[in-house]
Order: sequence, then structure tokens, then C-alpha cells
Amino acid sequence: MTHNSKLIERLAPWIAVAVLVVVWEASVRLFNVPSFIFPSALDTLQALVTYSGPIAMHSWQTFWTTLIGFGLGVVVGLVLGFIVGSSRFLYNACYPLLVGFNAIPKVAFVPILVVWFGIGSVPAILTAFLICFFPIVVNVATGLATLEPEMEDVLRVLGARRIDVLLKVGLPRSLPYFFASLKIAITLAFVGTVVSETVASNQGIGYLMMSAGSQMRMGLVFAGLLVISAMAMVMYELFALLEKRMTGWAHRGQNR
Amino acid sequence: MSAAFVRFDDVSLAYDGSGNAIEDINLDIHEGEFVAFVGPSGCGKSTFMKLCTGLHAPTQGSVRVDDAPVTGPLKISGMAFQNANLLPWRTTLDNVLLPLEIVEPYRRQFRQRREEFVGWARDLLATVGLAEHEDKYPWQLSGGMQQRASICRALIHRPRLLMLDEPFGALDAFTREELWCVLRDLWEAQRFTVVLVTHDLREAAFLADTVYVMSRRPGRVIERRTIELPRPRALETTYEKPFIDLVQELRAQIGEVRST
Repeated sequence: MTHNSKLIERLAPWIAVAVLVVVWEASVRLFNVPSFIFPSALDTLQALVTYSGPIAMHSWQTFWTTLIGFGLGVVVGLVLGFIVGSSRFLYNACYPLLVGFNAIPKVAFVPILVVWFGIGSVPAILTAFLICFFPIVVNVATGLATLEPEMEDVLRVLGARRIDVLLKVGLPRSLPYFFASLKIAITLAFVGTVVSETVASNQGIGYLMMSAGSQMRMGLVFAGLLVISAMAMVMYELFALLEKRMTGWAHRGQNR
Repeated sequence: MSAAFVRFDDVSLAYDGSGNAIEDINLDIHEGEFVAFVGPSGCGKSTFMKLCTGLHAPTQGSVRVDDAPVTGPLKISGMAFQNANLLPWRTTLDNVLLPLEIVEPYRRQFRQRREEFVGWARDLLATVGLAEHEDKYPWQLSGGMQQRASICRALIHRPRLLMLDEPFGALDAFTREELWCVLRDLWEAQRFTVVLVTHDLREAAFLADTVYVMSRRPGRVIERRTIELPRPRALETTYEKPFIDLVQELRAQIGEVRST
């Protein structure tokens, strides 16, 4: 009984996907939607197989530009988060600035980046970076800034310098926040890359979808969507796994 | 009698313009003495602790510890609070070792003398009854056990001055009495100086040599009371008449403070 219910729990996501595909296929057939408007699941699958070569090439382009942008975001996010979170003054000073920056739609940066760096991978990498570093900064900074004052007293009375407190307590304490933000950041990084590719590149999934769309090959457009979603999901799960590994102490009681 | 270990001369402290948190404190604490501060909440008991350990400087008067003015954090002191504040990513043993990674001279020697330090921590944990739980994480311990570990952490670097800020406030009555005895035994064995801030009069009377009663904000010492009960004190003492009378007298004083 419990074994069975566990199995069902594991299968549940796959069942949901299957149901979605069936509903998709059925509704397209039922309402007789032309495939250049909304392709059926089967058409999409067909496009995925037929164009697997170009799709793979463009996916790879999207994948590595995203990873580089994300990598930059992690490094900059960590450093900036550490700096901002390490002092109350900097936290108060920089936080509104960061929020204001985050409020700008990152698409708006693409034309600027194109003027500076031309068409190609660089704007895509930078857009991915710009969009994904914010949650990392905020999470790391908040983790550091919300240190318990008693804990700080315990250490300060021992002659601990500010940097000791940050390294021994602040940083480990903010790690769960950091890893949680990585999951969000990686999916955002994909958004950034694809957005940039649709307007300022001749490579990548974003470009592929744009050009396929202009030729009314909607099956291919939807295939592109699926691939992006799959890549982002795999990366998300990867970081979720990493999070559990690195900060098991923060998820106590779940798997005990 | 020896010279005072901690000496407060006309000490006042105001955090901001809203008036003094504590005012005109004059007192001497001798080395090895166990003192308790009781008073209504918000009377500046915790402020007193910060002054004592050098985390705050007085706005008036002077604080001297060990015959030298206090100018910065006093490394000869250890602290424990109402919340155990153990780090959840460290085992109990590693939590207890934390001060040795920070305070000089142990900090420099930590790598070479690690084995020895671990031995100290194990001994200390064993004396408070946590021998079996060294490798557990804080969240696997009960509240009382966490507080024992927290006291061990405050004592690992062999401080001469132990500051306790309502350390047993969040525990149930039985665990609290158990920990009174743990603290009593640690103190009887090592005779460090203890400053205990509490609002539990029985706790203060059972553990301390001297009880200071503080007034409402601005906090002043309104009564200094020497507890004459013979040592070592057994927990049963607390249910006998002389002890109960003593607690009632202290309680009456606090009552007066609250009503004025």
C-alpha cells in the first residue's frame, strides 16, 4: 500500500505531462486548428525529429551562452552580495539602487549591448548575466544582514573581527539562501539568453524560433519552446540537488 | 579580602537621547564570586552585561576589570544567552570548539593543538552530561541539551568571567532545576566569576553568593543582598523554610519597585 502510493507519487509528474500532451493533441484535432497557428503535439514532435540537427546546434549555442552568463552572475552576485551584506550602511545604501536596477526590463538593455558589442553571443551572455545576478545578490546579502545579534556578541566578546563573524557565521548561514537563489537564477538566465537571441543574434534557440516563426513553421517554433523548457528544467533540478547536498542541515526533518 | 575583580564606579549608560538605560551603578565583584542580577524586565540587566564585557562603553563613570579599565571586548569572558544560538551546520562538538578558533592565543595554535582542544571539549561536554551527543547536530538536541552545549561553548576557552543572560529562561521547570545543578557543579569545580542575569528569584537565590536587585529604567541597584546559605547547596534546600523566606523577601522588594 505505502509502496504503491510512493510509486504513484513518483510517477505523478510524468502522468501530468502525459495528460497535458493528450489534452493538447485532442483539442487541436477537435477544433481543427491549422498547424501554422497552433501545431498539435504530434506536429511538434515531428518537427523535433526532422530538424534535430539544427535544433541541437542552436540549443548548444543557447546552453553555453546561458551557462557563461550564469557563471558571471554567480561570481558577481556572490561578491556583491557579500560586500552589500557585510555592513548595515552598505546594505541600506545599495538596496534601493539594486531594486531600481532590477525593475528595468532587461530586454531594454539588448539594443544598448548590440551597439556596444555587435550582434552575436556577447549580448546574449550579458543579458543572461544582467537578469540572473540580482536574486543571488539579494539572497546572499539578506542572509548576511540578518545575523542574530546575540551570536555576534558571543563572538565579538572573544575578540572576533567583523570578517571573522562573516566567515564563521554569516557566510555558512547564507548558503541556503545562496543555493535557493541559484535555482531561480539559472531559469532567469535562460530567459535572458533567449530574449537577446530573438532580437540580436543569428544563432541560438531564440533566433531559430524567430526565423521559423517568420516562415510560419510553427511546429519548429514549438519544438524550440520544448527544448528551452527541458534545458531549464534539467538545470533547475541539478541545482536543487546541489542545494540539498550542500545545505542538508537547513532542510532537516524532510528526509530523516 | 582581595581587590575587586570587576569594579563599577558611578557608571551610567545612555544609548541615545531618551535617557539612561542604567544609572549610578557602584559595585565590586570579587574573583570567583557568583553574582545574580534580578529586576523587572527592561531594567537594563542586559546593558549591564554589555558594559561588563566591554561590548559597550559607559557614557559616564568607569568600568574596571582585573584592575585595568575596560576599553574593548574582554577576551577573558564567555557568554551564554536565553537562546542557545548554536550553529546548525556544526556538530555539538564543533560548536563548542568555535571560541577556540577565534580567541587568541588558541586561534594560532588551533591546527597543531586540535586533538588537545577536542579533548577539552569532550571533557566539558561529559561533565554536563552530553558525552553521547557530541556528534549530533543542534537541531537533534532538546532545548535543555542545547543550553548545556551553549554553556560549554561559553566555558571552553577557560574564561575567568562567565556572563549568563537569562540562560534558563526558555526551559521547562524541571530542566531548569537540572541545569541549575549543572551550573552549580561547574562553578564549584572551577570557581570562575559568574554574572547571572535572571528574573527567576529562586534561581538567583539558589545559585548566587550575592544578589543585586535593580529598579525600573533607568536601572539602579536598589539592594545588595548576600546569600548566606551554606555551600554546596542541594536542590532540596530550595523547598525549605529559610530559602522560601529569603525568596519572599526579595519578591517583596521587586514588588515595591514595580508599584512605584
